[in-house]
Amino acid sequence: MKKLLLATALTAFGAGIAAADPVRIGTEGAYEPYNLINDKGELDGFEIVLGNELCKRAGLECIFVKNDWDSIIPNLQSGNYDAIMAGMSITDERREKIAFSENYTQPSPSSYAAMSPDTPIDSGVIAAQVGTIQAAHVAASGAQLLEFATPDEAVAAVRNGQAAAVMADEDFLLTQVGDGLEIFGEDVLLGDGIGIGLRKSDTELKAKFDAAIQSMKADGSLNKLTDEWFAGNYTPF
Amino acid sequence: MFEYCAEPKTLEGLTWLSCYLTTPKHMEFYYSFITVMALLVVAAPAALAFGFGGAMASRSHFAPVRWLGKLYTAMVRGIPDIVFFLFFVIALDQGLEWLTHQIRCPDWTEPVRQGLEFRVCPAAKVPPNNASPFVHQAYAFALAVLTFAIVFGAFAANVLKGAMDAVPRAQIETAEAYGMSPRQTFRRILVPQMWTYALPGLSNLWLILIKATPLLFLLGIQDVVYWAREMGASKSARFDYPHGDWRLYYFLALLVFYLTLTRVSEIALSRLSRRLSHGQATRAGETLRKDAA
Amino acid sequence: MTCWETVQAYWLRSLGFGQNALPTTDITLCDQFVLIGSGMLWNLYFGLLALALGFCFAIALALAKASHRKWLRKPAEWYIFIFRGSPLFIQFFLVYFFITTVLRGSVDVFGLFTIPTAWMASAWAGAAFTLFLNTSAYSAEIFYGALMTVPRGDLEAADAYGITGRDRFFRIEWPTMLRLGWPAYTNEAIFLFHATTLVFFSGFPAFQQRGDALYYANYFADKTFNPFISYPIVAFYFIILTLCLIGLFGLINQRLNRHLPSHQKRRIRLRPQLIR
Repeated sequence: MKKLLLATALTAFGAGIAAADPVRIGTEGAYEPYNLINDKGELDGFEIVLGNELCKRAGLECIFVKNDWDSIIPNLQSGNYDAIMAGMSITDERREKIAFSENYTQPSPSSYAAMSPDTPIDSGVIAAQVGTIQAAHVAASGAQLLEFATPDEAVAAVRNGQAAAVMADEDFLLTQVGDGLEIFGEDVLLGDGIGIGLRKSDTELKAKFDAAIQSMKADGSLNKLTDEWFAGNYTPF
Repeated sequence: MFEYCAEPKTLEGLTWLSCYLTTPKHMEFYYSFITVMALLVVAAPAALAFGFGGAMASRSHFAPVRWLGKLYTAMVRGIPDIVFFLFFVIALDQGLEWLTHQIRCPDWTEPVRQGLEFRVCPAAKVPPNNASPFVHQAYAFALAVLTFAIVFGAFAANVLKGAMDAVPRAQIETAEAYGMSPRQTFRRILVPQMWTYALPGLSNLWLILIKATPLLFLLGIQDVVYWAREMGASKSARFDYPHGDWRLYYFLALLVFYLTLTRVSEIALSRLSRRLSHGQATRAGETLRKDAA
Repeated sequence: MTCWETVQAYWLRSLGFGQNALPTTDITLCDQFVLIGSGMLWNLYFGLLALALGFCFAIALALAKASHRKWLRKPAEWYIFIFRGSPLFIQFFLVYFFITTVLRGSVDVFGLFTIPTAWMASAWAGAAFTLFLNTSAYSAEIFYGALMTVPRGDLEAADAYGITGRDRFFRIEWPTMLRLGWPAYTNEAIFLFHATTLVFFSGFPAFQQRGDALYYANYFADKTFNPFISYPIVAFYFIILTLCLIGLFGLINQRLNRHLPSHQKRRIRLRPQLIR
């Protein structure tokens, strides 16, 4: 009897699964304009809109879930969600452990921002967010790296004189400039653009997302969407 | 919330503030206070249960159980809670899925661990992939409660063991003289009396538990600190209510919240301590008896 | 690189000596053990400094709280309540905020001279100071509790012998207070060391990638995407540290209780009384 019940329960369960599981997408919700939490308390941003469009084209049902940046890759591998769209640049280090879809932004320029444009960038104290590619770049450049838990704190450090300059994604810095803070120097291209992070074994899902991204690149809708969120400041495909 | 909030950018002064403080996002912030309180209310008895189990195990006459109890309390108390939270929840989650995998998919041939990837069969996913977001949240909450219970249970075990040892020997001997079995002695004499000795330690543990709630954020729960950080960060013109770095104000509000919670707990615990001292063979109990007479 | 070479290159990395570039690829278990161990130097520094300074301040606070004079008692009570009643990370935030936005690099004293304050925003000063303030409050409550439980008989005996004032405090109350408060104080010491992991995690920025054990563990977890190796290594180091602390405090406890008949000596029991 018990076995029978278990079997029925399992079949019921299996039936539920056959009806296409939703794809869960992990994001951070704290990286304007890629992903953010709007005044309604909902996830919003370039990647949320893009993700929903991609899923529509791929015929998938998608749900965005919030996850802390520090554990965003371990939780993907642990299966708590199936994809990451969190402004994650494609780098060789990351490509060793997880798979990436085709990039949906061009290699994103990182830049320095400071209170005065003639701040030296290879000797002074430079602030960056801990665990970002910019932090790694500053550490390798020979400047004195000052690492903060969030990008906001890194910017605040420049404003109150803790650091001479801050290095971050230019798109993020553009939302922070003003009151004396300005972007200066040349852009630094780090990483191979931003892509959807996936488990290496999920080749099927990767193929679906790749196809959807290609179709959005082909009909120009990706450029249009990027233009909307980045106020014209972007490199088109 | 209010009708005049439709165009936030045109508002000023107090009207602006009243609209700002009632955005749906702020409602989530207020709601997170309830989440934290709910977690405290559930986690405290759970930790006490773990503590009771741990204390009984470390007093056991059966050596392996005793070692297990001692190992649990010594290990968990030696590790900073933050370090524990950083890897334990993922491990717990994977452990649960591995167990369900063994039960539900005995024919699965692929290895569960492939490099760093952890893959169980779809039926073994906890919670199932097609579950509603609410179920996922409830599951995260349950995992957080369990983790808190395990960590703080280790401390509670120590307090309770100390309290059990502190019950006067004469009380136990008297019970034995009346012909009570060890079980009866434990249930009727030791447990009722130990609370008065355990209360100072347990009340401190409760205060520590309150102050550990900012770490909930590491366990995937959007708690008060997560929202305070998120909303205090400067908001660009993209948002309906742009503002500068307001983390100070939000953190000061949290400070008031935590201080109030601490004060209320202190008052409640001192009352409880008075009640527990009634009829006890301690100085406090004696004072109460004399006052009544 | 052999493991021994790794040790030579990195064991003082957290203080800024040795090889500057952290390993980024082919991270071995040895790298993780050495660098996280190097980070433990910071945890030891924060813990020992805050403990030593906090001990003195805590005694003063405890005496102030036990005082009959209201102007002494009230501030001590409030100080202890505020620092025990709020999470450490909010204290870190407020202290850091105060140093960086209110003091802003230097303070002008009546236009006479300026005191540079920029150094205070570094973790070695600011975070150590916050931990000192925090542990003082917890320890003060412990010693205050102990002071209140000094047996009346001891004090009556002192009166009978004509021991009063300063003598009475230093020869009767002080040793008994330490003796009674010691088990709880041991716990506070353990928790203080645990709390030092919060410094770089949520309080202060890390300069030149010089951080504590958790900072390096975080670094490795970020590079290897595997939380199941680096964090347990931190846990391992802390279990050892805790055992050493218990041993050391147990020795002091024995000394404090050396005059008691052996069966009365209170074995150091880890009851988390008055802890964080």
